[in-house]
Amino acid sequence: MKKVLQTPVSAEDLKDIKIGDVIFLSGHIVTCRDVAHRRLIEYGRELPVDLQGGAIFHAGPIVRKIEGTEDRYEMISVGPTTSMRMEKFEYDFIQQTGVKVIVGKGGMGPKTEAGCKEFGAIHCVFPAGNAVIAAVTVQEIESQHWMDLGMPETLWVCRVEEFGPLIVSIDTEGNNLFENNKVIFNERKEEALAELNQKVRFIK
Amino acid sequence: MENQVQTADRSAVDQLIDIVSKFTSRISMILPDDVTAKLRELAAEETNPMAKMIYETMERNQQVAAELKRPSCQDTGLIQMFCHVGSRFPYIDELASALEEAVARSTREAPLRHNTVETFNEKNTGTNTGTKSPWIYWDLVPNSDELKLDVYMAGGGCSLPGQGKTLMPGEGYEGVVKFVLDVMTSYGLNACPPLLVGIGIGTSIDSAAYMSKLALMRPIGSSNENPLAAQFEKDVQAAIDSIGLGPQGLAGKRSVMGVHVENSARHPSVISVAVNVGCWSHRRGTILIKPDLSYELLTSKGATL
Repeated sequence: MKKVLQTPVSAEDLKDIKIGDVIFLSGHIVTCRDVAHRRLIEYGRELPVDLQGGAIFHAGPIVRKIEGTEDRYEMISVGPTTSMRMEKFEYDFIQQTGVKVIVGKGGMGPKTEAGCKEFGAIHCVFPAGNAVIAAVTVQEIESQHWMDLGMPETLWVCRVEEFGPLIVSIDTEGNNLFENNKVIFNERKEEALAELNQKVRFIK
Repeated sequence: MENQVQTADRSAVDQLIDIVSKFTSRISMILPDDVTAKLRELAAEETNPMAKMIYETMERNQQVAAELKRPSCQDTGLIQMFCHVGSRFPYIDELASALEEAVARSTREAPLRHNTVETFNEKNTGTNTGTKSPWIYWDLVPNSDELKLDVYMAGGGCSLPGQGKTLMPGEGYEGVVKFVLDVMTSYGLNACPPLLVGIGIGTSIDSAAYMSKLALMRPIGSSNENPLAAQFEKDVQAAIDSIGLGPQGLAGKRSVMGVHVENSARHPSVISVAVNVGCWSHRRGTILIKPDLSYELLTSKGATL
């Protein structure tokens, strides 16, 4: 059965979700990436949207102004960006905003794990590069904030319907799918290198 | 008379801008034939259910992007070009400004994401043009009147793993492959595998870096012309595949779409290696433009703009 989370998300909603699960999200998700994190955490500026029980998307979309409107935009193409860039801010970000679902690309590290565990949040991966699939689940861009940051970094508040697939990479117990995989990948890498070294002795 | 000539030139230059602009927009929406074929091949042999689901999502995304005529990935990159221009190509003098204008036009028309931030001023230009942007490599081809142009969308995610190192020869090619494989399991993981891996090997770091990007312009499945280097490509590919990064680095049967090596002779005291990767959505295309401005899309057989 398709697991669909609805925002605002509660701790109860997340407790049975484990790494490797595939879920979808309905409600609201806000694009939020490098400079927005920096402004909140390093400069102490208040975020212009309330994220309590909410979801953020590490993403920089392509939007287009809707003709004949002053400030309405449509979502053309949106997909995740590398989440690891937000790792240094994410523990504090989760603590300060009460965000419950973080969507991005690739894994995150120990600070995010700790934040997810302590404050009950999850990190998910939207399979990256599939930006049109993501865009067509955006019903409407309801508002936009900090437009001085340019198109990719603006906070776009999106109303979404069954946004996904989202692959859970960190759960509320702090388990980390990517870190688990990395252990296996590194073991295999050592084996591969041992074999490869025999084949590349060009300097004799 | 002189005015007439200039007018005619301007309209031809505008046509050239239009061709490159439309070609750039097309690249943002439709993957080249070699990438599409390789992804299908990798999807077909995948057995991991999560990996299969991701490959199906990719295939569906490319279909919807083509139908809706939208950039298939939101990160349409900072545009880089390899410009192989004949010394007798009639628009050689206007080419640099034409390419810049083409990128600005494609940015408005596709539309492409605004990805050009002036360094130090740290302001997004909003046009995808700026200081030395688009980034262009020039290769002057003697006795030719044609232009062969590679257009590449250098996304943030796939540019991030880019690294290079100058090794002492004592570290040997063993040092080279360790460097490459370490990049794969660290940064490569997050750069949207299956990756196309470009490796440059030569004297100094700049030459290695240049060759590692040039390697990404080669058709997938092509080999280095030196048989030893070609075998090295195969061996490194097998090694990276054996790690099983899978699509999105979430594990799977393979890791890469290919490994391409470009090399130069080296100074005996050093061996430099650089890595650049292309993501699964490897948006690069090659177009051949003739002096009469007829053209052929070399990476999308039979397609027109």
